[in-house]
Amino acid sequence: MELSSATHLVNSIALRVDNLGRTVSGKILLENISFSVPPRETVAIVGPSGSGKSTLLRLLNRLDEPTTGTVFLDGVDYRELPPRELRRRIGMVTQRPYLFPGTVADNLQFGPRQREQTLSDTAIERLLGSVGLPDYALRDVANLSGGEAQRVSFARTLANEPEILLLDEPTSALDESSKHGIESLIQTILGKKSDLVPGSDEVQHQPLSCVLVTHDMAQASRLAQYAIALAAGHIVKSGRIEEVFRVEDPVS
Amino acid sequence: MLKTLFHDPLRLGLAQAGAAAMAALIVVFLARRRGIHLEKELGIALVRGLIQIVAVGSVLLLLLRAPNWTSIFLLTAMIVAAGATSAGRAKGMPGAFVVSTWAIACGAGSIIALMTLLGVIDTPITTLVPVGSMLIANAMNTNGLALNRLRSDVIAHVGEIETALALGADGKSAVASYVQGSFEASLIPAIDSLRSLGIVWIPGLMAGMLLSGARPLYAAIYQFVVLAMIFASSGLTSLVSTLLIRARVFSSADQLMLRPGAPA
Repeated sequence: MELSSATHLVNSIALRVDNLGRTVSGKILLENISFSVPPRETVAIVGPSGSGKSTLLRLLNRLDEPTTGTVFLDGVDYRELPPRELRRRIGMVTQRPYLFPGTVADNLQFGPRQREQTLSDTAIERLLGSVGLPDYALRDVANLSGGEAQRVSFARTLANEPEILLLDEPTSALDESSKHGIESLIQTILGKKSDLVPGSDEVQHQPLSCVLVTHDMAQASRLAQYAIALAAGHIVKSGRIEEVFRVEDPVS
Repeated sequence: MLKTLFHDPLRLGLAQAGAAAMAALIVVFLARRRGIHLEKELGIALVRGLIQIVAVGSVLLLLLRAPNWTSIFLLTAMIVAAGATSAGRAKGMPGAFVVSTWAIACGAGSIIALMTLLGVIDTPITTLVPVGSMLIANAMNTNGLALNRLRSDVIAHVGEIETALALGADGKSAVASYVQGSFEASLIPAIDSLRSLGIVWIPGLMAGMLLSGARPLYAAIYQFVVLAMIFASSGLTSLVSTLLIRARVFSSADQLMLRPGAPA
């Protein structure tokens, strides 16, 4: 029951999670987690709080060290990749944006600068256009609204040109109206919707593979094709999203 | 007044200690009336401080005739004790004791050695040990401040630091601004002592030299010398300790190891 049917449904795999587990001071946080993320598809991780959703996401870009198992990125064991390269290729957007003090452009430059690269003004404008914030480059991040800050956070992660996107409750810290905007932005980024910004038709996203942590089942259904249900650190159900979310027969 | 009552210097000293401790106890009493309970902590600190300093005084008495090279052992023991004390200010920081001891040894130790070689600090044990201990004690305070500040800054900014890591930064650059901030903050007392020297306070060493009959101008200049040495050794200590601890806050895979509620 712990194996994702996703494994069998697709030929190529962007990310393969193999028997991943994490134990801290004798407490099992996650155990026996295996699943795959097909290219250009989104896997939602759902479950009650404390079930290990965020813990799992942090293992996927190796912010924490797995106690057992590993992750294969394009068939390569991620422990063989330098962590900094791994984290560039597997981008992450968290619940809160945690922008660095300075301008919006400074934030977008952060990732490339770690590799001694600089984004051109055109590249910055294109990124900002793609998240619906044209002409925001020189704004101070201190003056942004919650929704705008989260958009900058997406643009900052996309500036690294990741192959896989990890989203940790990306809308749950926002008010209702911003929530809707960010969800629609995610759909654009994941290639499920044409560009939301009028006039910036040069935006051409290579659709990304994505792992989305959310407690919102409806949001998961709107954004993901596959789902993994976690409870107490174990996979209790996995497969195509409509199968996972199908109401159980009350007798069984 | 006490001098008319006591003629024996030791008794006089104890009476003076009693009077000074009385002032401290009055503060405890006042604090208590405002609901702040210091009596246990301060009581222990007063007794402990008196016993320690009397013990050191006795050791110094014995050492008056010891060869000068024994200073090295005394100063080394002080450095280790200083490392242990300031490591207590950085609970949960991996390797705080080793880092603190190394930092104080590098910072205070190197300045003491250099200044002794140059003849700024005299070699007799009765000069080298007290002056050395001042540098070590100040290095200890600075080191404790630096580690304490770095620890609380890192714990308060876990989100920002891990965001930087997740964007491909290495640990070193992810905490660079906090390392810088704790280094600067730790040096505020040393810088302020230099700035306010003579205006706000006449420090203990100069007071002691004056009391023992040294020429005021020389006592004043030497006090400056000591504060400048304190600044140098404290600064070097803080620099070494923040750099050493920075490397230990991250795993080899650039994972942040220091988190709120992390096991000590």
